[in-house]
Amino acid sequence: MSYQRFSALFPKKEMMGFIVLAIILAVVLPLSLDIFRLNLVGKYLTYAFVAVGLVLCWGYGGILSLGQGVFFGLGGYAMAMFLKLEASDPESTKIQSTPGIPDFMDWNQLTELPFFWEPFHSFGFTIAAIILLPCIFGYIVGVAMFKRRVGGVYFAIITQALAAILTILIIGQQGYTGGVNGMTDLRTLHGYDIRTDSAKYLFYFVCVFMLFVCLFVAQFIRKSKLGRLLVAMRDKEDRVRFSGYDVANFKIFVFCIGGVFAAIGGAMFTLQVGFMSPTLVGIVPSIEMVIFCAVGGRLSIIGAVYGALIVNAAKTSFSESFPELWLFAMGGLFIAVVMAFPNGLAGLYNTYAAPKVDAFFAKLFTKKPAVATTAPPPAITPSVSKPVVTKTETPVIPQGAIHE
Amino acid sequence: MKMTMHRTLHLGRPAKAASTWKKCLLTLAASLAIGGAHAAEVNTTGLAVTDTSVKVGILHSVTGTMAISETGSVQAEKLAIDQINAMGGVLGRKIEFIQEDGASDWPTFAEKSKKLLVNDKVAAVFGCWTSASRKAVLPIFEQYNGMLYYPTFYEGLEQSPNVIYTGQEATQQIIAGIDWVVKTKGAKSFYLLGSDYIWPRTSNKIARKHIEKLGLSVVGEEYYPLGHTQFNSVINKIKLKKPDVIYAIVVGGSNVAFYKQLKAAGIDMTKEKPLVLTISVTEDEILGIGGENMVGAYAAMKYFQSLPNDNNKKFVADFKAKYGKDIVIGDVTQAAYLGPWLWKAAVEKAGSFDIDKVRAASPGIELTTAPEGYVKVHPNHHLWSKTRIGYARTDGQYDVVFETKDLIEPDPFPKGYQ
Repeated sequence: MSYQRFSALFPKKEMMGFIVLAIILAVVLPLSLDIFRLNLVGKYLTYAFVAVGLVLCWGYGGILSLGQGVFFGLGGYAMAMFLKLEASDPESTKIQSTPGIPDFMDWNQLTELPFFWEPFHSFGFTIAAIILLPCIFGYIVGVAMFKRRVGGVYFAIITQALAAILTILIIGQQGYTGGVNGMTDLRTLHGYDIRTDSAKYLFYFVCVFMLFVCLFVAQFIRKSKLGRLLVAMRDKEDRVRFSGYDVANFKIFVFCIGGVFAAIGGAMFTLQVGFMSPTLVGIVPSIEMVIFCAVGGRLSIIGAVYGALIVNAAKTSFSESFPELWLFAMGGLFIAVVMAFPNGLAGLYNTYAAPKVDAFFAKLFTKKPAVATTAPPPAITPSVSKPVVTKTETPVIPQGAIHE
Repeated sequence: MKMTMHRTLHLGRPAKAASTWKKCLLTLAASLAIGGAHAAEVNTTGLAVTDTSVKVGILHSVTGTMAISETGSVQAEKLAIDQINAMGGVLGRKIEFIQEDGASDWPTFAEKSKKLLVNDKVAAVFGCWTSASRKAVLPIFEQYNGMLYYPTFYEGLEQSPNVIYTGQEATQQIIAGIDWVVKTKGAKSFYLLGSDYIWPRTSNKIARKHIEKLGLSVVGEEYYPLGHTQFNSVINKIKLKKPDVIYAIVVGGSNVAFYKQLKAAGIDMTKEKPLVLTISVTEDEILGIGGENMVGAYAAMKYFQSLPNDNNKKFVADFKAKYGKDIVIGDVTQAAYLGPWLWKAAVEKAGSFDIDKVRAASPGIELTTAPEGYVKVHPNHHLWSKTRIGYARTDGQYDVVFETKDLIEPDPFPKGYQ
């Protein structure tokens, strides 16, 4: 990638955002937290995958999905199935009536492994399933909805119904899925004990790495023509359609991407927490994930990560301090954020902190005039405030995108 | 100060030399202090024990759908802790509890149990209610070597070295109940019904095996999702098949719909045709169902609030004094109350708070003061207990109509029932 393309993808100010986040996640937190807290942060980060996906779908594409838990669950269950099979070798399950199958199947009078479990013996297949299952599922849902121009509230309701359906399916088919208990007691990954502290460190860093991969993909989409089209579609779908674009295809694509992000998050969740259950699939967690995104700022991919981290950290600390009242505190927090700062933390940052930070850096850079004056091209505004700007100048962007 | 030294000694990972040096200092400090056994002696593994206090955890759902069921357990555990503290505590140390909310959410249970064990270093945890929450925390208790006192009657098929099961496992509850209904009511045919998850399914599996062993028949077996509220079709089937006994393991909110619809369909349980036998409705659930909808049903479990013995009279009086006179006490609440007492007895027998020593001391622990009567810990970590049959009255209480003569041995992996 040439320097110009790189700097177009990562304008200096946005680059700073990535670097700061990377430093916090990869250096500051691991050094300052004990393994228990770090593991918790790792768990929160798995929700950040979903939130980043939602920024693309909802913040940019205007597609509000209240069923991201479905994708989180697909990824999480795929990983859990692999780990569960490994934990159910005939030796450690010899007290069962049928050794060698997962314990919950034995309780449910199953006597052999169902056919769709067989491929999950392979780690390669599992990884492929984590990526492809949500893609296929997202594609089917997307084609069914967007090709018929179902959108907005109706789409949100349907995704919510999907989350409910999947939960009922998992709970009802407990012989195949572990039911309401979920899949618990996962032990090793290719013989590597996932419950040890060193494994938790490892998975934390894997999780941070994967999150950055997703963030870069998201950034690439934002900065590409596709990203501009998404914003255009969100703000005036008809104009984009009249210009000859097949709006549905773009929506399907971004919905699938959001789904894949969520599934990767789900798989990382299973690895770090050690189990998967239907409580992470249903309507409530799906809506919570939208809240993480809203608190962070639905127009900022970096903000979404902070949103997931901060909301969950608040959840943990409130519930540790006030076990009987914490839900009210959380409710209050959400209402306050939505009422007072509709653009979330990122909006807050851009309005109050960003000008000062910019001024500080401007001062810093003017000492080396040659670099500073040429670097930021005027067309590119800071990451998070940009969509706010586009909203007021709606027609400009779609037209620009169309005539390219 | 001593507390902080203690923490550095056991929680952090200081260099070996520093650790020994600090240990010397600590022993010196401890030997200067006045009193009997010192914290370092009764606690060699770094639990949150000082010379005057010991920390334990309470981990139940106080928010979410399970809160209504688990609140009784929290109250019972706090009452037991208060009473133990009033008697001078455990090994001379007052119990301090740290309460965490599982929020009816299994991952949250896992997170909070890890927090209690790893960060708070509690000496024991009293908690969990649903099997799902127990399954979620089990690997954590085994990995970090904690001790969980689990109060709910449950499906068995489990025997963890890190859990003491103070409720009944399935065979204790089921076999005695079916034997009684066959012997005294002459029941010949059964209709098995339950909510769709592991406990009702496993329980019905055991019930079916036992019924078939007795040469009797099961005329139907059905499951409904948790929270299901439409039981009309199954009630029609029941009317068609005319079983002698409806064996119902419906849980939670579904109970309300089930018993109301049963009554509305013209099945008067007081006529006992068919007779309703349940193992899932305690006095707590009747509060929601309404006594008038439940009257005439039988329940098989180990404890009813109306048990006439002196231990129970005192327990009920203390419970009402603390939480109000209208409070009801169900089977699980009583089992939760046993947790802190069993732990106290085990710690005192072991002379130590160390988990391994408490575990080793646990089998054979007896409680003569239990509200349900005498109980004893079996080497398989479950309790020997009697099973009683209660007859539901209109006021939401049960009359105890039968009690097994002997304590029933817990058998979490019943041969021939799997």
